[in-house]
Amino acid sequence: MDRRRVVITGLGAVTPLGLSAGRTWEGLREGRCGIGLIRAFDPVGFTCKIAGQVGQYDIRDYVPKSHRKATKLMSRDIELSVIAAAEALADGAVATRGTDPERINIDPERFAINLGAGLISCDLVELAPAVAAGARDGRFDIRKWGADGLSLVTPLWLLKYLPNMLACHIGIIHDIQGPSNTVTCAEASGHIAIAEAAAIIERGDSDIALCGGVEAKVNPVVMIRQCLVGRATSRGNDNPESACRPFDAAATGAAFGEAAAMVLIEGLDHAEGRGARIYAEILGSGQSTNLNPVYEHLEPDGAGVRIAIEKALADAGIGPDDLDLVIPHGTGIPQDDLAEARGIEAVLGASTSQVPVWPTKSMVSNTGAAAGAVDVVAAARVVTDGVIPAARNYERPIEGCRLNIVREPIETKVRHVLCCSYTYGGQTAAVVLRNTNP
Amino acid sequence: MTARQYKHRVVITGMGIVCPLSHDVQGLWEALMAGKSGANYNTIFDASTFPTTFDAEVKDYDVSARTSHPEFHAQGNRGSTFVVGAAAEACRQAGIDVETDHPTDGIDRTRMGIYLGAGEGSVDNDVFMAAIVKAWDNERHQMDWGKWAQVAFDGMSPVRELEQEPNMPAGHLAVLTGARGPTRSCLTACAASTQAVGEATMMIRRGDADVMLAGGAHSMIHPLGVMGFNRLTALSTRNDSPQTASRPFSAGRDGFVLGEGAAIVILESLESARKRGAPVLAEVIGYGSSADAFRVTDMHEEGRGGAQAIIAALRDAGISYQDVDYINTHGTSTSENDSVETKAIKAVFKDKAKSIPASSVKSMLGHLIGAAGAAELITCVLAIREAVVPPTANLHDPDPELDLDYVPNEPRKMEVNVALNESFGFGGQNNVVIIRKYRGD
Repeated sequence: MDRRRVVITGLGAVTPLGLSAGRTWEGLREGRCGIGLIRAFDPVGFTCKIAGQVGQYDIRDYVPKSHRKATKLMSRDIELSVIAAAEALADGAVATRGTDPERINIDPERFAINLGAGLISCDLVELAPAVAAGARDGRFDIRKWGADGLSLVTPLWLLKYLPNMLACHIGIIHDIQGPSNTVTCAEASGHIAIAEAAAIIERGDSDIALCGGVEAKVNPVVMIRQCLVGRATSRGNDNPESACRPFDAAATGAAFGEAAAMVLIEGLDHAEGRGARIYAEILGSGQSTNLNPVYEHLEPDGAGVRIAIEKALADAGIGPDDLDLVIPHGTGIPQDDLAEARGIEAVLGASTSQVPVWPTKSMVSNTGAAAGAVDVVAAARVVTDGVIPAARNYERPIEGCRLNIVREPIETKVRHVLCCSYTYGGQTAAVVLRNTNP
Repeated sequence: MTARQYKHRVVITGMGIVCPLSHDVQGLWEALMAGKSGANYNTIFDASTFPTTFDAEVKDYDVSARTSHPEFHAQGNRGSTFVVGAAAEACRQAGIDVETDHPTDGIDRTRMGIYLGAGEGSVDNDVFMAAIVKAWDNERHQMDWGKWAQVAFDGMSPVRELEQEPNMPAGHLAVLTGARGPTRSCLTACAASTQAVGEATMMIRRGDADVMLAGGAHSMIHPLGVMGFNRLTALSTRNDSPQTASRPFSAGRDGFVLGEGAAIVILESLESARKRGAPVLAEVIGYGSSADAFRVTDMHEEGRGGAQAIIAALRDAGISYQDVDYINTHGTSTSENDSVETKAIKAVFKDKAKSIPASSVKSMLGHLIGAAGAAELITCVLAIREAVVPPTANLHDPDPELDLDYVPNEPRKMEVNVALNESFGFGGQNNVVIIRKYRGD
């Protein structure tokens, strides 16, 4: 029995490089850097004061009139996801209740959504007056807070911060009634969400799906967490654009950021039936986990990454020689980059010196649950445009790394791209895209 | 109707739970049969001035008795510590060796995965609140981030901060079991662990794994969690009577009782279970997922999404609504859920709706949020195996609008061949799993 084939027919992205997938891809091609000093709050006192931040937008420009009121219930993560979803649908020529109710061309019950989302931290400035009302003599008193503070919190407060609300807002705007899931595997979420959505289409539970990942990490609670565990670089504050250096000998840690990235995917039969433009095929995926009790880091031999890639290649039915590009997780944390390199090298074997490897986080930053999806959007453009951009901030390899990091842009036909990711907490994932152009 | 064709059939070969009623499956069943309530006044933090002063807590639980790596697992958030205990119990029943580095249970660890519907851990409340109090200037309505960072850096622990991430419980299970197969965590509010069980079933059916530890872990019994639910007016405020507060489908229901816990089922391909000689407790035959796509704040009035998920699960199982013997409802004890859920059941089960027993164990267990669906699935397996349906407790004042057979107050002896488990979540998430008695075929 042949598997139903699944293809990408729309792209959407909001990243530090631009408010669209097109602008993001331009930035990647030019090697621009979206990382700068934090503007969202004053990072005085933070060991890391830099991040990848999305430019100015007005969320009301991106939602239909019927959903304007609901923008009050949107955390930044929700806003970014709503913008990226609108782009992916328009790019895929899908008309919905929210975009063009007269010309809806998709069956809402056969339409799925599957997003990777982060742990959304609340807006401290919004919460602070209520917390202050719970202070007695300069100390927080929970009894006073219960009595005097709670009523100052907006009644629907919780709904802004549930991770599944990203998919729910999008589903409400565009009438997506099929299977809906929210994957919360931190930095591996984007790939897992795309893999799961592809499986849902493959088994016939939906014909079309919006999938990807979203996270707005430029929040003091999130940023301090990455500072505390020592993943965020503390040495790039004077020179943000060269701070994040995946696989480079001078790397000192990661730069975090915010993004939403989505792909519209559908059964090949469905895409052909409606004459949709096809970017690439999702050929296979694989997943595993690290087994490292020091769970903020990858295990030194990268075994979890290796197993995920092996499973993805087996699922795709291809070998390492069939790969023309690997987009790694590559965070700029030296010990993790080295461990990931070992995992990738173990799979590529003799092909290691041939297969180009292109890390993106030196330009986009580490956008957490969005990261893998940003890379899949980039991979879709690589295969359609026939160009692999150069890695930014890569000069000398980190000692022990044999990967063939792309130093100059390569114009070539790319048959297959492997994207892989891992996260603190253990989960690893890999997705293989195939070029469907003749 | 015929079942859809998958490569593999999926059976349940082990179960484990840590919940307000017990720290094991046997204890859970005894409590449900006795109609016990897990609710009482909040002892986790001082909620005496909150609109709701009670909850359903896991009490006297010690994770270090459940694992040979106690220091590592004890640093997890509450959900993580619970799920380690639940998984240890489930693995023991399924004959999965988690105590040695070189297991001899015959399961290839790269073919063993994990799928949890798991929630976030609590913020470190003392430091979190102290930092805001110190840094907030109420008159100028602004935060002094330098002051905030100083309190936060001085007070916060890196491990505790990282353990708040919702993927950490799955990480703990990987370390516990050595699983190297596909590992996922999802968070679709109160429907999460039913989704985890459903998607994990699909992964085995597709051939991505032979064994999956599936279930949920969650505790929202922390100040921001209770505050959030209280502001939504989702919690019961029956502070004078915690044990009768969760009263699904009754006229006097006024909200759910916030619980916590973890539940794990071992899902396994039938071939793997047979090869290992593992006990087959039930077969998972259907899964359906849908979204209301209606409103951020409300369920679809007619239960459209819930009905769609039930229909999708029946279709997946290849059975008719007439084949269902027992419905384990989401039954939260909120005015809205119980009314909408009743409508959804009527829409799907038509002429048979009023004659299928449909109970809510949340009346005793409380609402385990992300972990609720998996905990309730375990009660479905027990109903099949024990030939007894658990009751809806505290149902003494029926709502005249709600006229299904909710199995009021007393368990009911009856053969259950097919049980259907419903979970609905905030934002309009609907997930349904159907299990069937395994007859050795």
